[in-house]
Amino acid sequence: MMKSKIFWGTVAPLAAILNSLLLVYVILKFRGVDPIEMFKLMASYGFDPRNLVSELNQTVAYYMAGVAAAIGFKMLLFNIGIDGQYRMGAFFGGVVGAAVSLPPILHVLLIILTAMIAGGLWAAIAGYLKVRRGVSEVISNIMLNFIAAAIIAFLLSPSLLGILPEGSQTLQTREIPASGRMPTIKAFDSEIYTFLFISIAVGVAYWVMLNKTVFGFNLRATGLSFRAARASGVNAPRMIFVTTVLSGAIAGLVGIGTLLSDTHSYSMAFPAGYAFTGLSLALLGRNHPVGIFFAAFLWSFLERSAPVLEFEGVPPEIVIVMQGAIVLSIVVAYEVVARINLRQQQRAVGSVAVDSSITKEAN
Amino acid sequence: MSKKVESLESSSKVKSFFKSPARITLLIATVFFVIALVESITGAVDISSPGTSGATLRFAIPLLMAGLGGLWAERAGVINIGLEGMMIVGTWTGAWFGYLYGPYVGLLAAAIFGLLSGLFHAILTVKIGIDQAVSGLAINLIAAGAARYLSGIFFPPVGGDRTVSPPVETMPTFTIPIIAPFFKSIDEKEIFLISNISGLIYGVTTELSVVTVGLLLLLPLTSWVLWRSKFGLRMRFSGENPMAAESLGINVYRTRYIAISISGMFASLGGAYLSLVASSVYREGQTAGRGFIGLATVIFGNWRPSGVFAGSILFGFTDALRVRQNESVMAILLAAAIIAGLLSLYYALSRQWKPMSIAGIIALTGFWLNRQVETIPQEFVTVFPNVATLIVLTFLAQRLTPPAMAGMPYRRGSE
Repeated sequence: MMKSKIFWGTVAPLAAILNSLLLVYVILKFRGVDPIEMFKLMASYGFDPRNLVSELNQTVAYYMAGVAAAIGFKMLLFNIGIDGQYRMGAFFGGVVGAAVSLPPILHVLLIILTAMIAGGLWAAIAGYLKVRRGVSEVISNIMLNFIAAAIIAFLLSPSLLGILPEGSQTLQTREIPASGRMPTIKAFDSEIYTFLFISIAVGVAYWVMLNKTVFGFNLRATGLSFRAARASGVNAPRMIFVTTVLSGAIAGLVGIGTLLSDTHSYSMAFPAGYAFTGLSLALLGRNHPVGIFFAAFLWSFLERSAPVLEFEGVPPEIVIVMQGAIVLSIVVAYEVVARINLRQQQRAVGSVAVDSSITKEAN
Repeated sequence: MSKKVESLESSSKVKSFFKSPARITLLIATVFFVIALVESITGAVDISSPGTSGATLRFAIPLLMAGLGGLWAERAGVINIGLEGMMIVGTWTGAWFGYLYGPYVGLLAAAIFGLLSGLFHAILTVKIGIDQAVSGLAINLIAAGAARYLSGIFFPPVGGDRTVSPPVETMPTFTIPIIAPFFKSIDEKEIFLISNISGLIYGVTTELSVVTVGLLLLLPLTSWVLWRSKFGLRMRFSGENPMAAESLGINVYRTRYIAISISGMFASLGGAYLSLVASSVYREGQTAGRGFIGLATVIFGNWRPSGVFAGSILFGFTDALRVRQNESVMAILLAAAIIAGLLSLYYALSRQWKPMSIAGIIALTGFWLNRQVETIPQEFVTVFPNVATLIVLTFLAQRLTPPAMAGMPYRRGSE
């Protein structure tokens, strides 16, 4: 049983990736280019050390989104609000970071804490609506994403919290002073964000919380069966609320690596779309901290190496199609595997029942 | 116990209030009166001008189509979060095939490809049984990516960019004879209230696109199918209780296949409207989240075609005001405050204290905001549909009657 779990845990994602590669192969054939040549081109570009560094930095952001989604998934929560929570976290982290002056390490800690609180509070709205009002978190979070974007766009106006730097077109928050920045590690003419270590720590903490604590046990139990958990004395609605807030707090960290090591201010140029990416990565990585990391790397590898296709007359957006195909293949694969397992179990139970009835009759 | 009875009574009172046609007419008349009053006080002439009502209709049609699409899917028991992606399918195929073979072929192509995208969602969620939200979101992602990929291949570059399609031939418009000129003449006389209403009617009867009328007809058609046809009964049954439906011999899978395919077709036609009627090109990001607002109108409209229509008109109206004249939004706020005040008065007279105080608080907040704030920032007008839907979900969740099994996985033969 255990063996088959690990087996399917790795084979299904690999099969999904292969399946999507096949799809891309066909699409590229239609375009009239040699697909194998394209794949080689992407690999050589993507594995170039300098590009690897920028991929690693992007991986860190995706990893946070993936872990945030995975925490929700463990509770059967579909946190599509990661987008809004990440925006809230990065924005208020930037605002608070620029407003105070503290000793170096404390300053960074304050920014990180602010981001987590902002993301968590924003997620708490969806959590409250889910627990007290029975509103599906999918719908409320979709609405909340739009609302978060609007609130931040409003607060970024120059008369409020934003500034428009000279010669720039995008509004941003004030710059965080040097004490509130995180150092970078120089490697291959590029810089690795040290936030990488914090994200690894979050991944480890996620694993420990889930597998070694009572809270994690209750969380998994509630996710597996709401009623059973409730019967064994778990306050299930409270667990749902706390999990939502926790997921939001992690989502608040998505933009922090970029904020503290690169831009030092939140701007309208911060990208959107982390929610579905996070959910995809959690699905592909089977909610496992190591699996999510590989998935996050795959995602940023595909995105960073895609622009090279442009020179061959292939629009790089083919990568988006590929990502979507990977997600669909993986959920279909899980569904099919689950159904096969169920059928085998039913058959096993059935044959046991038949055996026992035969022995009963013989006796 | 007694409290429950009381609330039941009050809700039935509200229901009977809204049910009586005479009173609905009275309510609508009051709304118009207040808007006319506010217009003449504040000088914001754009609220009921013919231009605004025409623009409202143009902005409302894509939302209506997305909303009706969502309604078809959810009534059959499957949530369609892929509406946004299916609208993108419509904008792209509509514009490209419209450019190649004329706008009518574009519409047809949008309908066909929309149907296929809906069918794709149906296969994934009904046949294979994957999570409905994952399927919908993946469709959004793939549609956006595919549209950009195909634009990059097929569209001629404009300033080094390939994000805009070549222009499509514009579609014919017509003005309803007799009615339009008649109301136009009244509108120009500037009589209080009567001219406002005439201007509104004039706005929606002149320079109408054939497509607008055609798509509007899908609203009564949806109503008829849902409430009067055999298929509609099966569809609603599949959404409320698929197990029981199956046991009575209804083919739930087939019903859902059809309903979700039509859902995709409707959303896609809404997208094609954006690229063929509201403008004459495909532009990247043209749908701008309208699929999600369509999803919101389904909730806002309490899973009823008329409600979806009302929601899309309301959201289309705020959209039109935002684009045309943001200052008018302040006047709307004042109008809303006055209407809330009147409602509060009505509730006070009928001794329903809780709704009275809620309406009263809304009215006071409205008046206060109107005095304090110069204009409402455009960002907040943009997200009005989202906020309104969240508020409805939060405070009126008990009044909402969604299909019981919408969004739940269902497998034939399992509980």
